[in-house]
Amino acid sequence: MISHKVLIVGGGLAGLRAAIESSKYADTAVLSRVHPLRSHTGAAQGGINASLANIQANQDDNWEKHAYDTVKGSDFLADQDAVEVMTREAPERIIEMEHWGCPFSRTEEGKIAQRPFGGAGYPRTCYAADKTGHYLLVTAYEQALKQKVVFYNEWFATSAIVENGAIKGITAFDILTGDLEVFTANAVVLATGGAGWLYGKSTNSMINTGSGMAIAYRAGVALKDMEFVQFHPTALYPTCILITEGARGEGGYLVNSKGERFMQRYAAKAMELAPRDIVSRSIQKEIDEGRGVKDLYVHLDVRHLGRNKILSNLPGIRDIAMQFADIDPINEPIPVQPAQHYTMGGIDCNTKCETTIKGLYAAGECACISVHGANRLGGNSLLDTVVFGKVAGEQAGTFAKNTPQETRKEALFGEALKKEKEQIQRLFEGSGDEDTALLREEMRGLMVEKAFMFRSKDGLVEAKAKLHQLQTRLGKLRPIARYKVFNLDLIRAIELREMLELAEVIVASALSREESRGSHVRLDFPKRDDTRFLKHTLAYKSPDGPRIDFSPVKIAKWQPEERKY
Amino acid sequence: MTTTASPPKKIRLNIQRFDPKTDTAPHYDSFEVTTRPRMTVLDALFQVQETKDRLLAFRYSCRSAVCGSDAMFINGKQRLACNTQISELGDEITIAPLPHMPVVRDLAVDIGPFFHKIDKVKPYLVSREPYPIKEFLQSPKDRLKIDVAIDCIDCGACLSACPSAWTDPNYLGPAASVKAARFVADTRDIAQTERLKIVGCEDGVWRCHTIFNCSDACPKSIDPPYFIQYLKRKATIAALKH
Repeated sequence: MISHKVLIVGGGLAGLRAAIESSKYADTAVLSRVHPLRSHTGAAQGGINASLANIQANQDDNWEKHAYDTVKGSDFLADQDAVEVMTREAPERIIEMEHWGCPFSRTEEGKIAQRPFGGAGYPRTCYAADKTGHYLLVTAYEQALKQKVVFYNEWFATSAIVENGAIKGITAFDILTGDLEVFTANAVVLATGGAGWLYGKSTNSMINTGSGMAIAYRAGVALKDMEFVQFHPTALYPTCILITEGARGEGGYLVNSKGERFMQRYAAKAMELAPRDIVSRSIQKEIDEGRGVKDLYVHLDVRHLGRNKILSNLPGIRDIAMQFADIDPINEPIPVQPAQHYTMGGIDCNTKCETTIKGLYAAGECACISVHGANRLGGNSLLDTVVFGKVAGEQAGTFAKNTPQETRKEALFGEALKKEKEQIQRLFEGSGDEDTALLREEMRGLMVEKAFMFRSKDGLVEAKAKLHQLQTRLGKLRPIARYKVFNLDLIRAIELREMLELAEVIVASALSREESRGSHVRLDFPKRDDTRFLKHTLAYKSPDGPRIDFSPVKIAKWQPEERKY
Repeated sequence: MTTTASPPKKIRLNIQRFDPKTDTAPHYDSFEVTTRPRMTVLDALFQVQETKDRLLAFRYSCRSAVCGSDAMFINGKQRLACNTQISELGDEITIAPLPHMPVVRDLAVDIGPFFHKIDKVKPYLVSREPYPIKEFLQSPKDRLKIDVAIDCIDCGACLSACPSAWTDPNYLGPAASVKAARFVADTRDIAQTERLKIVGCEDGVWRCHTIFNCSDACPKSIDPPYFIQYLKRKATIAALKH
């Protein structure tokens, strides 16, 4: 048994920012399935939004305009009180990262440089070349080291231990030894990132399997707005590695097989810098209507920006295009297609990052506060992690400090450990012949086929039935290889169980929302329906699968209006 | 876009296997893999793990060369498995864990000693406090001084390739030196004197004999000797001043 006052599950930017804050108040440890520097934050490229007004073109910008753009981008589903917290605090949180050493690109005056991004009225995306996520992650990790935060790297969390509606700890196993342990804590912050790997086409890291969401869901916390899945317009064909929105922010064009800048047809004013849901649908439409290149992708053309600008502001995507598609964007257009990119939904929590379990908090992509609503704006995800990572850390730290350390809970912890050991034992003793990799790929294919950008009742009902079959087949797995040290077979079996559960939630939530809003498009309900669906979806675990409920959206200044770009 | 859609073919992967807890010595297992267009070494490892030997151990995360998880020794060279195309390697590929690092199992090494070296150079910005309300100003020219050094993904390839580190386990090595240089060159940092003392000591930058193995090994083209030479100059000037 290992004890800390605060335990943070996940070592990406949200988890690290939470740890930096929490350690000011109470003994804090971070538990992560990978070394923190391997977290998916490092793959974020384009930037982080704040109304710093650092350049000539954004002198009139302020947090309220940032808030409005965010709310409009969310198709009015974001909670406006939460958006206010995020956009008001944005400048302070980003300047703090700069003070801690983040190597932002600079204006001629030496200020943090800003570039235009999709759906934003002003160029307010602060950037560090096209590797902003990597630099922010490294900076936060450095600060966590400075603060002497304790790290449990390569530990895989499996469940939350809850008693009388309050968190008591978690169970986790050490990937390097296979040992299962109980971690006790007064407060736990879940910061495990998104669930992109549920989709066969995704820009995400392979570790983004939604672990923390599944843990919270099984513990009885609702998952909110899970039908809202962001599809990024420009994933490299065919590997789906991200090509930053910054490429369009710098002036890149989207071009179809006829050489047309087709965004003219869909968002004449914003063009390539319309929000992601709109650009992704437009690309897919071009491909579906026969104007895709080889019917597979469209071109992202940055050649006209010139060699120097590409080398200084987009060096990372040039490397990616060269290494993974064998093309140099200085000389050739980049083949791109839409792919799953971000999980707008997540663990239901409020603006203090509190869940319905006392002492359990969530932050970052695994959480749904909600600041992104039905469609997240580019540059707002890194912002979400630093703003609400700090909030979660502060809340967890002060809560844990003021809560007396639990004395003896041996029965509770012993029971939790026994239950997890039995789960793993059952995997080792499987008597069927179903294979985890095959089931996983079937699920990932199904999600692309039936729960991607364009959805319908028929497709979703079919997906629901097929997921049910996959669940049944999951019960007939072949025996998982028995081994203690670094057992990938075991990890991937546990992941699959979690991913299937989340896939069911996405499909059930998408079925319940009979309207089209932001990233969620129902071909059978093509219009937004504020009368019936200006509300959040809540999915609770029940023996019969996800039970769907709803909660109101917090509207403050901005009444829903039609989105035009 | 050059299309290298060559038809699938069979290749062989020879993979080093070793569990230091139970095996007396490493051995190689050979696996047949069916290629597909744009297949990477990481893709091939997954094919082996999912269809041939479920206990094969290796690390992965971003599969796009930004997380540093999957540095390994591929056909005699330190590379990232995820950005190494099978088509570049021929029909017989030999894969081992990063040399000169303790093995956890198979292709996964204990990265701890690598990070301990980085911990020694005070690996965080030390700037003037209290902080100003706005950001520290830094000209684009000054920002350029830390360029490239900040791209390190901590994969460990450089340290594994460094002959000086093989013979002196206490030597800071390339990545830790690059980390130190990144802060020494940063106009916002005020701990230059202290850091130069750390890198100027017996096990510091003077152990580098500019063999350039690390430059060849670095998947991010960082060229550590450039930054090590920079630190040598800085450390010499600092020492002369005292």
